[in-house]
Amino acid sequence: MNRPLLRRLLPWILLVIAFFILPLVLDDFRLNLFGRYFALAITALAIDLIWGYTGLLSLGQGIFFSLGGYAIAMYLMLNTKSEAGGNGIPKFFENYGVDQLPFFWQPFWSPVFTLIALWLIPALIAGVIGYLIFRNRIKGVYFSIITQAALMVFYHFFNGQQKLINGTNGLKTSTTELFGELVGSPDAQLWFYRITVLLLPVAFLICRYFTSGRFGDALIAIRDDEQRLRFTGYNPVPFKTIVFIVAGALCGLSGALYTVQSGIVSPQFMTIAMSIEMVIWVAVGGRGTLVGPIIGAVLVNYIRSLVSEAIPEMWLFVQGALFIFVVTLMPDGIYGWFKSGGIRSILAAFGKAQPVATYPSLDQDEAIQREAQTIAKR
Amino acid sequence: MELFFSQVLDGLSIGSVLLLAATGLAIVFGLMGVINLAHGEFMMLGAYVTFVVQGLFKPLPGFLFELYFPVALVFSFLVTALFGALLERTLIRRLYGRPLETLLATWGVSLVLIQLVRSISTAMLLGIITTVVLGIFGSRLLARRYDDRPFLPYISGLLWVGSSLIGLALVNLLGSVRPLASAWFGPRNIDVTAPKWLQGSWGKINGIELPGIRVFIILLSAVLLLATLWFLSRSVWGLRMRAVTQNRQMSNCLGIPTDRVDSITFALGSGLAGVAGAAITLLGSVGPNLGASYIVSCFMVIVLGGVGNLAGTVLAALMLGIIQSVIGSGSLLLMFPGLPPMAKGVVEFFATTSMSLVLVFIFIIVFLQFRPNGMFPQKGRSVEA
Repeated sequence: MNRPLLRRLLPWILLVIAFFILPLVLDDFRLNLFGRYFALAITALAIDLIWGYTGLLSLGQGIFFSLGGYAIAMYLMLNTKSEAGGNGIPKFFENYGVDQLPFFWQPFWSPVFTLIALWLIPALIAGVIGYLIFRNRIKGVYFSIITQAALMVFYHFFNGQQKLINGTNGLKTSTTELFGELVGSPDAQLWFYRITVLLLPVAFLICRYFTSGRFGDALIAIRDDEQRLRFTGYNPVPFKTIVFIVAGALCGLSGALYTVQSGIVSPQFMTIAMSIEMVIWVAVGGRGTLVGPIIGAVLVNYIRSLVSEAIPEMWLFVQGALFIFVVTLMPDGIYGWFKSGGIRSILAAFGKAQPVATYPSLDQDEAIQREAQTIAKR
Repeated sequence: MELFFSQVLDGLSIGSVLLLAATGLAIVFGLMGVINLAHGEFMMLGAYVTFVVQGLFKPLPGFLFELYFPVALVFSFLVTALFGALLERTLIRRLYGRPLETLLATWGVSLVLIQLVRSISTAMLLGIITTVVLGIFGSRLLARRYDDRPFLPYISGLLWVGSSLIGLALVNLLGSVRPLASAWFGPRNIDVTAPKWLQGSWGKINGIELPGIRVFIILLSAVLLLATLWFLSRSVWGLRMRAVTQNRQMSNCLGIPTDRVDSITFALGSGLAGVAGAAITLLGSVGPNLGASYIVSCFMVIVLGGVGNLAGTVLAALMLGIIQSVIGSGSLLLMFPGLPPMAKGVVEFFATTSMSLVLVFIFIIVFLQFRPNGMFPQKGRSVEA
């Protein structure tokens, strides 16, 4: 098999492996973990879209992630008989003396509305926040700080409002039912896993759509030199807002998928730590590429599971070291390093391969080599 | 009205702590354009230094023990300043001109610091020292032996991995010895008892009690702020710092040692955070997660006050502190009993600490719509302003 064909087939092969083979090989617990990693990979793609391509480091993606999670969790709670209390509304409301469903939860009786809301509501909120920020040309670290503050607004709000959203406890989905099946049961989890595996490529294609063509060029221009883009007559605000909205919607979707598989959504998803962690998945995998974030999200979370199971205290050390290592020594992430000839450069350093002076693709190109030889002969 | 004043006093003292921390952050950010997410953890370190100093003073007789707090203030400044300088020399220096990367790297540092405080024990300390000593000496040796060879970075990386494995093995080995393995602080909160001369009241003004701790914190931050101002405006290094803030390249050309200025600035900023941490110990028990609860407020102070002037920082910090304390305590309700039910409901809704934070942040985001560069924007001709 020649290389280009293999490369073209590789995504399909991986998809088939993830869809058919992983469920056979892994036990229920591991499979569920991988389902979560794939769900988180969608968030990583979204962050790559706004950070890797557009240069906006948002530290507030947890907002959209949790909103998606809350949307699906409330739908599940409302439509489960065993969760219902006296008035036909979820039991936890009784603990706080609420006897009527708060108005904003009313539409969540409907499955169609919920399926739309879980990405549309985050998208709308992202649109509002994004527009207000971008309109004032707030960028760079200021943007990061403001998104972080917005995250804290949502965190404190969700944490403090027991009567509306069960506060710190969050909403538990693992005991709810869907189509008469317990959401936490292995069968239902397998379905969620399959849905996640199918939606991840969809998210990938959405991101590829937005990063290719003229729109993608504008995003990269914003990242590399926004002033110049503005001076050439473009208004960067719509581009940034649109891409922030798309990222918000993807995060909402990812949050919903993650919630049904982890069994709970709580304000813990809105902590500062969680949102910055999302960024490191992208950084480890390789920002500015679309394959990188998926690799990063799965890899970092897999390492996290391994480390937390073995020595829980070590995880923060490992995570901290990962942040420092990636930022200082591997700024392009694993995929970026690999693509720019990383392995070859190690071999070259030890004298096992020819050192590469410029771009490896140029240096190793046979036509260019031949040209170099003809020039040398002259 | 009395309640209101005591709430304002509370707010002022919280604001003063914010002010100390935010001043450090603002100096660092203004000078180097570096967002230090580990700043909150430097506050935490300052608090723990205070705790340790208090422990060291325990065996001393009465009045000598009472003096521990001033000593702790000095030490918390020095220790965190040292940590700051170390961080700048080893990590932040490599990342200049890449503010977003610096932000992520300092977040990594903050995670490490949190876990370090939680689980540090004598065994761990010995392991870390072994790793660092082996790593530094080994890489020096390698650098001399294989000077300028292309594979040097890779083998010295391997050497660091090896020495950290040796360090880990040492920690595990020593971990079986009970007294060495037990954590110094553990994950739980620690309590620092305020010295007697701070407890209780410092007299009355118009029948309003002046709680000693609050007044002390306000005075402390005022003194430190003045000292910082003096340092920035009158001392030689302060002059250099201001020069670098205004134009780094030009200062470099004129012979100002910018890298040393950076180190000193970072140390100063971190030291101020340390003192803020020491002050926080007076307000209640502190834990390893202390930083997270203050850091966002500190950033808000900077955003609101604008970068590069201390007046904005002062005003913003005090304002945030007071708003938070007055609204969060719900004392508005007691002050104005005759509010219409609608307004009453709104005030009650925001009358918890977390909801008052929500209100403050919303206020800031709205404020930025009108003044995107903070209250006191710097005037300049740069398009990036």
